[in-house]
Amino acid sequence: MFKPASPSSDSNPNAQGAVLFKTAVRLRNRASSNATEGVPWIWVCAGALVTILLLITALFGVILSQGLSALWPHAVIKMQNDSTLVIGIPMRQEEGTDPNTNTRQNRRLIYQANRDFGVNEFAFVATEAVAGAERPDDIWFVERSEWGPFLGKILLLNADGTSVSLEKQKLTQMLEDGAQRRKQIHKLEKGKLADLNLDLEELRLEKKKIERMLELGRITDVEAADNNKLLEERFQSLTTEHRKLSEQVQQLRSADEAIKLTLAAENGQTKELAASQILRAFQPNALSTFEKLSLFIARLWGFVSEEPREANTEGGVFPALFGTVAMTIIMTLFVLPIGVMTAVYMREIAKQGMLVSLVRIAVNNLAGVPSIVYGVFGVGFFCYTVGASIDQLLFQEKLPNPTFGTGGILWASLTLALLTVPVVIVSTEEALSAVPRSLREASYGCGATRMQTLWNIVLPKALPGVMTGLILAMARAVGEVAPLLMTGVVKLAPALPVDGHFPFVHLERSFMHLGFHIYDLGFQSRSTELSRPMVFASTSLLVAVVLSLNFIAIKIRSQLRKRFEGRGAF
Amino acid sequence: MLNPNDLPPTYVHPESLSGPAQISIQNFNLWYGKAQALHSINFPILQHHITSFIGPSGCGKSTLLRSINRLNDLIDNVTVDGDIRVGERSVYERHLDVTSLRKRIGMVFQKSNPFPMSIYENVCYPLRISGITQRSTLDEAVESSLRSAALWDEVKDRLKRSALDLSGGQQQRLCIARAIAGNPEVLLMDEPCSALDPISTAKIEELILEMKGRFTVVIVTHSMSQASRVSDHTAFFYLGRLIEAGPTKRLFENAHTKATQDYISGRFG
Repeated sequence: MFKPASPSSDSNPNAQGAVLFKTAVRLRNRASSNATEGVPWIWVCAGALVTILLLITALFGVILSQGLSALWPHAVIKMQNDSTLVIGIPMRQEEGTDPNTNTRQNRRLIYQANRDFGVNEFAFVATEAVAGAERPDDIWFVERSEWGPFLGKILLLNADGTSVSLEKQKLTQMLEDGAQRRKQIHKLEKGKLADLNLDLEELRLEKKKIERMLELGRITDVEAADNNKLLEERFQSLTTEHRKLSEQVQQLRSADEAIKLTLAAENGQTKELAASQILRAFQPNALSTFEKLSLFIARLWGFVSEEPREANTEGGVFPALFGTVAMTIIMTLFVLPIGVMTAVYMREIAKQGMLVSLVRIAVNNLAGVPSIVYGVFGVGFFCYTVGASIDQLLFQEKLPNPTFGTGGILWASLTLALLTVPVVIVSTEEALSAVPRSLREASYGCGATRMQTLWNIVLPKALPGVMTGLILAMARAVGEVAPLLMTGVVKLAPALPVDGHFPFVHLERSFMHLGFHIYDLGFQSRSTELSRPMVFASTSLLVAVVLSLNFIAIKIRSQLRKRFEGRGAF
Repeated sequence: MLNPNDLPPTYVHPESLSGPAQISIQNFNLWYGKAQALHSINFPILQHHITSFIGPSGCGKSTLLRSINRLNDLIDNVTVDGDIRVGERSVYERHLDVTSLRKRIGMVFQKSNPFPMSIYENVCYPLRISGITQRSTLDEAVESSLRSAALWDEVKDRLKRSALDLSGGQQQRLCIARAIAGNPEVLLMDEPCSALDPISTAKIEELILEMKGRFTVVIVTHSMSQASRVSDHTAFFYLGRLIEAGPTKRLFENAHTKATQDYISGRFG
């Protein structure tokens, strides 16, 4: 193949070309009808493409519109339905049987909220009736920290127990002040107080360690006593600090709870609550389009930046979003070097033969193993074998409570890395074999060793292809839920895997994940109907995460291409 | 058309035997698997001269060229017999460090193959892989190599730009600059102009002539006129055998073998 131009390779293309040309001429001469030119087939193929595009557009359209609609401040209607008063937000429409007349009718589902006011959360109303319903301006939509949304009036609770109506401006001010207090308390509890708790826990473990060392005879009684004394001093100071802080929080709380409001539903029931328990309140029917839009944006931001409330059915999804991205990044850190090194060995170093072919087939088949199998392997190998050994070696004080010996973001990432590594290997191998022989020869011709050639010429040239593999791997990993169920995903994680407490990255912590969040909301929550909007909103976010991770990777790849393939090439 | 069985024996003109040999090819045979590609090649390549290899496609001239810097090692199933010496040392010595051999021999390929890096990095690649990191040394080598390759004036303002943005002719001259940057003794050129237009070809030929005296140049070419324009000595190969080697003028005007006469005058090939 290295004879510069052998007679056969010289003459063959020409001969082939001539044959092709003659065939083409003959076909053209004969082509009298569309059928011989294959026009129907072109139409069929184009139709298939259009169908796929339509399906994809529909998919994204449904997810996005439903998801965003969940955050839009919808109008509230008020109407009399038979004998009951219906106040709520019209939701989906369906055809159903009217229980009174026993006839089929188009009806709409009305979300009435007010779970704790003796009201059915949902009601059905005939579609025609909704159009004529009243839309009173003075109804408030209240997002509370507990019991879900409320629809009705907000009154001021006086010290003597009477409730009076209050001006909108004053209410806004009260809610803002309440939010300030809420944030202050939250900051203390989640910040300093949580830190102190962790420090105290560490002290407890250290104490346990000293006891163990003493038992093993590694330290003397005197040393143990000295150490214990030091620990005791630290413990005292920390406890004092903790007590002071707790008191401070307690004071803030009682001051906060003194400022109260009354929620009055239209059915006459009332309920008292602290002003700070109201997270957001607005009058949907009185809003202008601009106000609605800014409210929508605020809710959108809240959705991605806040923590979930009420068993995840309300509030934001920030921990799940963070967990998803963090897990994908950790996975990338593992899958990239391992995958690339494996592919380099198989393609560039190993002698191509039976064994390498077998390994290649095996790797390709790994990509087809059901993901749940990886999950089982992950929990069995990573959590219970590797993790348990780490616990034995490094975290003995905490036992029987596992540290690494249970599901965590590290094990989940590793499991997914294992799941996606075939994709990276296959595409890296392809990219390596696509590096032109002439480039390698040029490098060898300059006197480069195999490793120099690999490192300086072949790998950089193959990098865009490696990135393609990485994009595919990430896309697969972000959407994978089944293996995570066993290796560290939880419904509600107490803390993020990254925080301000030393050592800042806590790879042993369990985490939340958008994919699991969607499943949990959709199928494990109190009411499917209630969580449906959140399901769609979370799904939109997951799609957005996948798309933006891919977008970043594609951007990097095109930068690499520009660098390694010259301007305008490819 | 000649039959392999009635090929004339190799004839090497006495003029091509006089003078110090840079490369001596001694009874060299090469097989790709079971197919023999070179049959007992035996002749010297004189130091600081330009020698061209001519012959029809598949006659083994590129194979021989690639045997000199052992680039054929990259192909599986190649076996050789006989010897090639560059300078004093055998190329096929048992414990020879192939990379140090290749550092003594620059190579330019048929298709220009600049690395996907900047022009500067392309030229100093042979130095970098030898572990030279000193900026001034690199700068000097890049400038002098590019000047020798008549490319300096065209690229001196864009040394940091990608080499792939250069035109085909410029890329080939860049490859020449890269080949000579490590200051080799021998420069092997495998049909360096076959993918270039006449103007670029003329420039490269001019370069080759300028290199005479500095390097020992071996050039494989399909163009008879190129061989006659640039080379001092010409070797004619046919079916894996060396038919005739001698001063270019002798071969082109008064070849010893009939086969050579026929090929050069275009009666077969």
